[in-house]
Amino acid sequence: MAAIEIKNLWKEYGQDVVLERLNASVEEGEFVTVVGASGCGKTTFLKMMLGTESPTRGQLLLDGKPIPDEPDETRGIVFQRYSVLPHLTAVENVMLAGELESSRWLGRVFGGKRRALREQAEEMLASVGLDHALGKYPHELSGGMQQRLALAQALIKKPRILLLDEPFGALDPGIRRDMHELVLDLWRKQDLTVFMITHDLAEGFFLGTRMWVFDKERLDPQTPGSYGARITYDLPVGNSDKGTLQSITQSVDSTARVLGA
Amino acid sequence: MKKLINRQAGPVGRWALGLLPFVILAVLYLVASDARLDANPNDKLLPSLSSFSDAIERMAFEPSKRSGEYTLLVDTLASLQRLGIGVAISALIGLVVGIATGSLPLFRAGISPLVTGMSLVPPLAILPILFIIFGLGELAKVMLIIIGITPFLIRDLQQRAEEIPTEQIIKMQTLGANTWQIITRLVWPQIMPRLLSSVRLSLGSAWLFLIAAEAIAATEGLGYRIFLVRRYLAMDVILPYVAWITFLAFAIDFALKRYSQWRYPWFHGAQ
Ligand SMILES: Nc1ncnc2c1ncn2[C@@H]1O[C@H](COP(=O)(O)OP(=O)(O)OP(=O)(O)O)[C@@H](O)[C@H]1O
Ligand SMILES: [Mg+2]
Repeated sequence: MAAIEIKNLWKEYGQDVVLERLNASVEEGEFVTVVGASGCGKTTFLKMMLGTESPTRGQLLLDGKPIPDEPDETRGIVFQRYSVLPHLTAVENVMLAGELESSRWLGRVFGGKRRALREQAEEMLASVGLDHALGKYPHELSGGMQQRLALAQALIKKPRILLLDEPFGALDPGIRRDMHELVLDLWRKQDLTVFMITHDLAEGFFLGTRMWVFDKERLDPQTPGSYGARITYDLPVGNSDKGTLQSITQSVDSTARVLGA
Repeated sequence: MKKLINRQAGPVGRWALGLLPFVILAVLYLVASDARLDANPNDKLLPSLSSFSDAIERMAFEPSKRSGEYTLLVDTLASLQRLGIGVAISALIGLVVGIATGSLPLFRAGISPLVTGMSLVPPLAILPILFIIFGLGELAKVMLIIIGITPFLIRDLQQRAEEIPTEQIIKMQTLGANTWQIITRLVWPQIMPRLLSSVRLSLGSAWLFLIAAEAIAATEGLGYRIFLVRRYLAMDVILPYVAWITFLAFAIDFALKRYSQWRYPWFHGAQ
């Protein structure tokens, strides 16, 4: 059985259909990159995975059971911003998950346990290249460093599923490439299932194991809300050619124009 | 030359510009006071500098003939104690209720309408009720401060708690936090610096309620003294007392600001 099964999934906000008839199954350990026009419902899909939004029709199953309808530790997330806690230093941000787990009431640990957690956190921060910024607060870090911190914070909890919503969208292309390397590296080591949204189509083509394109098959320029987006392409990464990229780009661009108008 | 809107004062210029209005006011006062005292040496409205220093000497540095205590010291301690207790209790209530209503929708639904209603009652209008219920002692005065500023603190802190980005609350849950942990490790620490700034904002009203309560029923206190000597038109005592109260208010505000900057660098750095 696949870890995640999506069966005829719909999401509507009132009259507006955002997603319709999604069908897919994802195995444990896959790395799915999600691309699509702005406003076509990528974040909405991620929110359903997270449990902060629920499907209006159909099913979203984790191990055959409906996915829990509130966030919990099985699903980690990195948002585009506000992902790290501003009142904690880098190392405290990464220690937090361990503290919460060992002390249900105080949410704080002391003494030897604290030292152990700190060591783990320092190791984790080193693996994302932040070993020089342990005691810094998030506002003292650059955007890229904050996102690396958010990754470290999410990964130390060892979630089964990691959700990434354009985590590097605001970064320079060069840094973004480094960050992708980092994510791929951590994914290989930790054996997680990853869903990553990105804006850049070409990027999605070379990242992870599988790429989904969210797009509206039917498009009514007057009322773009009357039809939802579907998974129009579900491609294994690595063996697709230039022609496919071009036709996807064209189709996504025309959807983007209608949604953006 | 640069446009006026782009011109900044240098470090020296800023001090000079800031002091200028004070100097002008002082000079105007001295001129007016001289003129009035020339016409009538017994004039009480604008006393001379020497009567100020006499009054300050008498109130602050000589034991009172009747009680043997230093009047200004006794008044200051009494007022600061009432203010401190009143503000501390209000802050505590504001913190607890504000966090509860700001982060738990069920509490918000139950308590918010009550708080909103209470905040519309003019506190001074229920001062007589307080005196009737709590007597003329310390409790009534402290209660007036509490009733006066707590609704504001609750509402302000509730809003601050609601402003914490949803992303962070979700983030805490994905790190395994339960509701209590979200409150103790996310909401509470993030609210603390905001509590300090709300308290700074509410101190003006707190002084108002304190002085009003002391004016009506007290046996010592800064507000009591001002209203007592008003009967003898003792401007030479009233004005130094007003200046002293202003200074205390400034000092408390300054101390709270500095404490907040020192204790919560992340809050002030991110702004
Ligand atoms: N709470 C909501 N109520 C009503 N409509 C919503 C709500 N949340 C999202 N939508 C709508 O759903 C659609 C999809 O939004 P979503 O945020 O999922 O897009 P997206 O693909 O993530 O876009 P982007 O690439 O710009 O982030 C949008 O048209 C948006 O207006
Ligand atoms: Mg989005």
